[in-house]
Amino acid sequence: MLNPEKIRADFPILSRKFKGKRLAYLDNAATTQKPVQVLQAMDEFYRNHNANPHRGAYTLISEATDLYESARRNIAHFIGAKPEEVIFTRNATESLNLVAFVACQEAKPGARILLTQMEHHSNIVPWQLAAKRLRLKIRYAKMRSNGTLCMEDMPKEFEGEPFIFSFTHVSNVLGTINNAAKLIRLARKAGSLVCIDAAQSVPHMPVDVRELGCDFLAFSGHKMLGPAGIGVLYMRKELQETLPPFLGGGDMIKSVSFEESEWNSPPYKYEAGTPNVAGAVGLSAAVDYLKTAGMQKIAAHEQKLADYCRKELSHLPKIRFHGPRNGAGIVSFNIGRIHAHDVGQFADEDGIAIRTGHHCAQPLMKLLGEPATARASFYLYNTQEEADKLAASMKRAAKTLG
Amino acid sequence: MYRENILDHYKHPRNRGKIEHADSSAHDLNPLCGDEITYYLKFESGKVSEIKFEGSACAICLASASMLTEEVKDKKLEEARTYGKEALLSTVGIDPGPTRLKCALLPLKVFKLALYKHLGKKITEEDEKLV
Repeated sequence: MLNPEKIRADFPILSRKFKGKRLAYLDNAATTQKPVQVLQAMDEFYRNHNANPHRGAYTLISEATDLYESARRNIAHFIGAKPEEVIFTRNATESLNLVAFVACQEAKPGARILLTQMEHHSNIVPWQLAAKRLRLKIRYAKMRSNGTLCMEDMPKEFEGEPFIFSFTHVSNVLGTINNAAKLIRLARKAGSLVCIDAAQSVPHMPVDVRELGCDFLAFSGHKMLGPAGIGVLYMRKELQETLPPFLGGGDMIKSVSFEESEWNSPPYKYEAGTPNVAGAVGLSAAVDYLKTAGMQKIAAHEQKLADYCRKELSHLPKIRFHGPRNGAGIVSFNIGRIHAHDVGQFADEDGIAIRTGHHCAQPLMKLLGEPATARASFYLYNTQEEADKLAASMKRAAKTLG
Repeated sequence: MYRENILDHYKHPRNRGKIEHADSSAHDLNPLCGDEITYYLKFESGKVSEIKFEGSACAICLASASMLTEEVKDKKLEEARTYGKEALLSTVGIDPGPTRLKCALLPLKVFKLALYKHLGKKITEEDEKLV
């Protein structure tokens, strides 16, 4: 069992008071707060080890390079990958753009991309851009009204033999945990490449890329206690050798002449320009923090809080929940005809941070038939008391506006 | 934020509905939060003679939309044209803060769209400052 009270002591922001009340931060699917361990690691890097890695011969550079590469090893180990399979990006969005760019590059016009109806904009728009550029076709696998994928229709979705299937591991709106193992088996049978948007899974549950057997997996540092501006793309090694590069510039090349260039070996082939070393160092410290807490325990803690929160909120008249009951630590809801923004405002007045809006998933919101929902999303530092506070605040909102 | 006058207009909106043979109408939405407002207008003797609105939006936006109808009804076209955000915000009577300002002002923007459609005029930079 986690001890959230003890964990909270490591997060300076959680002791801030808002309108005289202790902050209940329940917007962890958007971004997470940072423990002192992460802040200190980044501070230490800039104070004592800052240099541009891989470029030159002085001692500071070898320190910066060591820190950057040991961060890569640590993060790779965390997701069961080889270090050279971890590509640092800005965030999951950039990682998915990278995949859409390089994986589609050699697809023939008319080739198919398979996505699902529950994707975040970042796993839709990059594919639309590629499809437009290269005249490819996109299909969206159907979702049931309970917020889970129509698994029985999935074999049919693969009949068009999409060259790539990209899906979210955990829905940021609904908390649905997709059956990745089963989806990947189907994709493999159809000969499709597999890309996973793991922005909501890697921070919250054990994820192993070897066990999953995917080709690409994308996630963001800031959603897992790390800083903003650092993200990861896992890309299977063999693919890194054959696929073209994404951005061009320094560090991604072996040799450059005025006529042409030769690419550096992976993963550097995909890391153009001076990297975000402090970001990588911060993310590595965040990974250490999560490992110490234990991913299994974090998942269980969040699930328990989400269940409890749903139970407490279910006493409200006219509450509608979106998404399956056995999902991740995300509770998405609407109360009667009250607009989600008003719900969010009431929560804010009680010192509670929840997300309201379309959660960067407009097509999914359209399917739900809601212009906006309110969403509480939990993490390792959240407590049952915070779920109680939310329920009390929502009761007040329903009474005033209902 | 949810003062009595706002709750009153939210729960008992004035002039809500549709005008079947409106002289002008306009619709717009705030893509970030999904607020949606439509205004229907009728004009007579150079005045806004009738105004109604439909919409699905948050309490701030709906209350503002309702209050706006009372503000501009029977106003001369020129007065309606120069009716600006300071006037509306002072009627709404709250400081919505940067995140909710758009909710409070969406109705004004939609009303102006409908009005300018009727006037057959382009919205100038000067006019835009009013919303």
